[in-house]
Amino acid sequence: MLAFFIRRVGQSLFVIITMATLVFFGVNVVGDPVAMLVAPDADQAEIERVIRDFGLDKPIIQQFGLFLKGLTRGDFGNSFIFGEPAIELILDRLPATLELAIGALLLSIVIGLPLGLVAGLFPDHWGSKTIMALSIFGFSLPTFWVGILLIMTFSVSLGWLPSTGRGDTVSVLGLETSLFTLDGLTHLALPALNLALLKISLVIRLTRASVRETMQQDYIKFARAKGLSEFRIVRVHVLKLVLIPIVTVLGLEFGNLIAFSVVTESIFAWPGMGKLLIEAVLQLDRPIIVAYLMLIVVVFVTINLIVDLTYTALDPRVRLGGEKA
Amino acid sequence: MSNHVLAINDLRTVFETHAGPIKAVDGVSLTVERGQVLGLVGESGSGKSVTGYSILGLVDAPGKVADGNILFKGEDLRNATPQRLRRIRGKEIAMIFQDPMMTLNPVLRIDTQMIEAVQAHTTSVSRTEALERAEEALAEVGIPSPKERLYSYPHELSGGMRQRVAIATAFINKPDLIIADEPTTALDVTIQSQILSVAQKMCETHGTAMIWITHDLGVVAGLADKIAVMYCGRLVEMGTADQIITDPRHPYTHGLLKSVPGTHKEGERLYQIPGMTPSILALGEECAYSARCSKRSAKCAHAPKREVVFDRYLRCHNPMGTTHD
Amino acid sequence: MIAKSLNSPLALFLRRFSDNNVAVFAALGLIVIIALAIFAPWITPQNPYDLAQVDILDARLPPGEEAFAGFTFILGSDGAGRDVFSAILYGLRISLSVGVASGLIAMAIGTFIGLIAAFAGGRTDAIIMRIVDLQLSFPAILVALMLVAVLGKGVDKVLIALVVVQWAYYARTVRGTALSERKKEYVEAAQNLGLSAKRVLFFHVAPNCLSPLIVVATIQTAHAIALEATLSFLGLGLPQTEPSLGILIANGYEYMVSGKYWISVFPGLALLCTVFCINLTGDQLRDVLNPRLSK
Repeated sequence: MLAFFIRRVGQSLFVIITMATLVFFGVNVVGDPVAMLVAPDADQAEIERVIRDFGLDKPIIQQFGLFLKGLTRGDFGNSFIFGEPAIELILDRLPATLELAIGALLLSIVIGLPLGLVAGLFPDHWGSKTIMALSIFGFSLPTFWVGILLIMTFSVSLGWLPSTGRGDTVSVLGLETSLFTLDGLTHLALPALNLALLKISLVIRLTRASVRETMQQDYIKFARAKGLSEFRIVRVHVLKLVLIPIVTVLGLEFGNLIAFSVVTESIFAWPGMGKLLIEAVLQLDRPIIVAYLMLIVVVFVTINLIVDLTYTALDPRVRLGGEKA
Repeated sequence: MSNHVLAINDLRTVFETHAGPIKAVDGVSLTVERGQVLGLVGESGSGKSVTGYSILGLVDAPGKVADGNILFKGEDLRNATPQRLRRIRGKEIAMIFQDPMMTLNPVLRIDTQMIEAVQAHTTSVSRTEALERAEEALAEVGIPSPKERLYSYPHELSGGMRQRVAIATAFINKPDLIIADEPTTALDVTIQSQILSVAQKMCETHGTAMIWITHDLGVVAGLADKIAVMYCGRLVEMGTADQIITDPRHPYTHGLLKSVPGTHKEGERLYQIPGMTPSILALGEECAYSARCSKRSAKCAHAPKREVVFDRYLRCHNPMGTTHD
Repeated sequence: MIAKSLNSPLALFLRRFSDNNVAVFAALGLIVIIALAIFAPWITPQNPYDLAQVDILDARLPPGEEAFAGFTFILGSDGAGRDVFSAILYGLRISLSVGVASGLIAMAIGTFIGLIAAFAGGRTDAIIMRIVDLQLSFPAILVALMLVAVLGKGVDKVLIALVVVQWAYYARTVRGTALSERKKEYVEAAQNLGLSAKRVLFFHVAPNCLSPLIVVATIQTAHAIALEATLSFLGLGLPQTEPSLGILIANGYEYMVSGKYWISVFPGLALLCTVFCINLTGDQLRDVLNPRLSK
C-alpha cells in the first residue's frame, strides 16, 4: 500500500513538472511577453527597463530555472493589473470557485444517480428512454446560453433568485464560505445548477451504462437464483459496483467543474478564479494566467491521487493489486 | 402422486432478435425424480443452459418462455407470480453456474453473499445463526478453516474454492432441486473431479435432485442416474445413464460418445462428427441432425414426433440398431 | 447467422438505426439543418452582412414585425437591424464549417498518430499515449482558452485550438481499434502475402477503424461547435467579422435584460438543435456500430 502510494505521488510530481514546462514555454515562448508587459506607447528606455526587471534578457533556460524556483515558493510574480502577487489573488478567489464546483457536484449526483439507476434497470421502459433523450439534451445545451436563460427566467421574469454575485459569507473552520447562509445558498443556486447541467447528463449516462453492464453479470444471475429480492440485488450487489466508476469519474470531473466554472462565473459574475482568469486572458495579465494554470494542475493531480485512493478503498480487487505492486 | 420433483412438458423458449426468432429450446419434455441426478448433455448452443434458466424464470431478455409447462412438485412455475418464483429460487430450487470467477460478487465478502441467501427466505434467522449455517455449509463442501474463509473476498480464493462456495451457497437452504450449469467446465481437470464428487456427496446426503448441465458426456457418465441429450434446442434422446452410455440409439448420441476421449483405442484418431451445427434460425421441419447424420433417409425431412422406443425417449426415424453399429 | 438478401450490411445498419425513432428524427433534423446552412443565401430574405440590404431603422423589432424592405422578421431583428433568421442561417454556416473543418483536420492527424502508435509499439507507443492521456486529462475549455490567449484571435487560431483539443480522442480510438485489428488473421494474411507494413496499415487496418471513428467524429464535431460558440461568447473566439452562432448570442446578450429576448434566444436555440441532433445521431450510431453491444 505504501509503495503504491509513493509511486502515485512520484507520478503526480512528474505530471506537475511536465505541465509547468509546457505552461512556461507556452506562455513565454509562443507569446511575446514584452508586448504584454509594456504600454503600446512606451519608449525604448521603458521597454528595456521592463525587459531587465522581468529578467527577459537572460537566456531562456535561465528564465525557466527562475520560474521553477519561483514555483516551489508559489511565486508567480505580481499581477500586471492589480500589482499584487498573482497567487494570492487566485487563492483569494479559490473558495468561491470551490463552493460553486462542490454545489454543482452535489446537484449532479443527487439528480443524476437516481435517474441513471432507473434508466439502467428498466432500459426498455419509455420513462428510461425519455431520461436518456433528456441526458443527451443536457449534453447538447450550451452552458453559457442556459446561464442566460436561467437569469432571464428566475431572476428577471420571476424574480425568485439573485442573478449575480456571491451571497453573505460566514467563517467556517477558518474559511469564508457562503454555503451556510441562506443568502449564500440562494446566490449559489443558479450558477451551481448551470454548472451542473452537463455533469447531470454525464452521471445519468455513466450510471445507466454501469448498471446495465453489472446487471448482465453472472453474479447478478446467481444473486437472483438465490432468491434475493430485486431491491436487495440493486441496493447491495449493483450499487456498490456502480459506485466505483462513478466515484472515479466524478472525482476527475471535479477538476473539470473547476475549469468549466470559467464560463459560469463570467455569466453570473461569480467572484471566483475563473472570472479572474477570463479577465486576465482578455487583459493579457500573464502572471495570473500562469498561476491559475499551475494551481489547476496541482488541483487536478491531487484529485487524481485522492480518487485513486478512494477507488482502492471501494474495490477490494484493486486493494490486493496495489499491495502486490 | 408421482415421485417427480420436476416435470417439464413441451417447453419452448424463444429469443427475439433482429434476424428473427431463435428457438433456443424447442419442445423439450423431461422429468426428474426425487434425489435423482439428470445429466443434460449437448454442445454449446444446444439450448441445455437455456432450459435450466427457463425453469427458474431467469432467461434474460430478449428471450422468454413461449410455451409449455414447468411442473415443480405439481406447481406450474410458468404461472407462478414473480413473488412466488423468488420464494422458490434458492430455497427450493438452487442453481450453480459455470464460471466461479463470475458468480460471486467481487466487491462483497463471502459471508455477506451466503448470509443473504439464508435471510432472503427466512427473515427470522438471526445473523449469528445464519453465519453458523454458512460456516457449516462451507465445512461440508470441504473448505478448510471455513470460519476465516467467510471473511474473504472472492478474489482471495482459487477457482475450485469459489465453486465450492457456490455449491455450499446453493445447498444452504436444503433445496429439493439443484440446477448445475456446467459447474466444472471452467476448472482444471483435477479440480473438476473434486467438485464433481463434492456435488455428488451433497446430493446423496441431502437427498437433493440435480440437473447437471454439461457438454461432456464423460463427466455425467459416472454421476447421473439419467441422461438427456439435446441438439439444436431439441431433446433427441433420453434414458438411464446405463442405456445412453452403453447402448446409444440416436446417431447424434452415438457420435458424441465416440468423440469422448478415452473411449477409443490407443493410437486411433479421435472421432469427430462430420459437418457443423446448423443455424437454429434456418432450421425448419427437418431433423436438426439430418445434415450430419450417417443414417439419414428421406423421412428425415420431417423430424419425428417424440416417441418412446426401446423403452426410452427417442426422436429418430433411423435409430442405431445395435450397440456397435 | 444465415445471410438473407435483406441482411446486407447497409440494410441491417439502417434497420438497426431506425430502431430508435428519436434518432431517425434527429438524423433527418440534422440533414435539414445542414441544407439550411448550405442554401442560406437562397432561403434567407436578406443577406444580413450586406450593408445595402440592412436598415438601422429596423433595429430590435420583435418577431413578426415587417421590415422596411417589405419582408417579415419572423424571428425579429437585432441591434443593427439585421434579420435574426437570416443571421442564424449565415451563423450556422460558420459554426458548422468551423466544427466540421476542425473535426476533419483533427481526425486526419489523430488517425495518423494513432496508427503509428499502434504499429510502432514499444517506446513510441508509450510516449504518444502518455501525451494523449495528459491532453485528455485536461478540460477542453481550458486548453482552448489558453491556446487562444497565446495565439490571439482569428479563424485560423480558433481552428488550431479546436484541433489541438480534439486530436487525442481520435488518436486514442484509432490506436485501440488498430491494436485489436492487428491481432486478427487478415492482417497476418496480408503480411504473409508480402505486403509492406505501410500498405497493410493504411489500406487494410485503417478502413476497419472507420466505424468507431465515425462515432467519435460525430460526437467530437458537436463538441467543437459548442466549444467554438463558448469561446466566441466569451470574446475569445472568432472575430466579429465571422459571426458564428456564439457571437450572435453574445451580441444579443446585452438586450436580454430589457426583454428583447429574441436576439439571443433564437441563435441559442439553433445552436442547441444542431448540437442535439448531432449528439442523438452519434449516440445511436454508437449503439449500432459498436459490435460489442449489438445482439
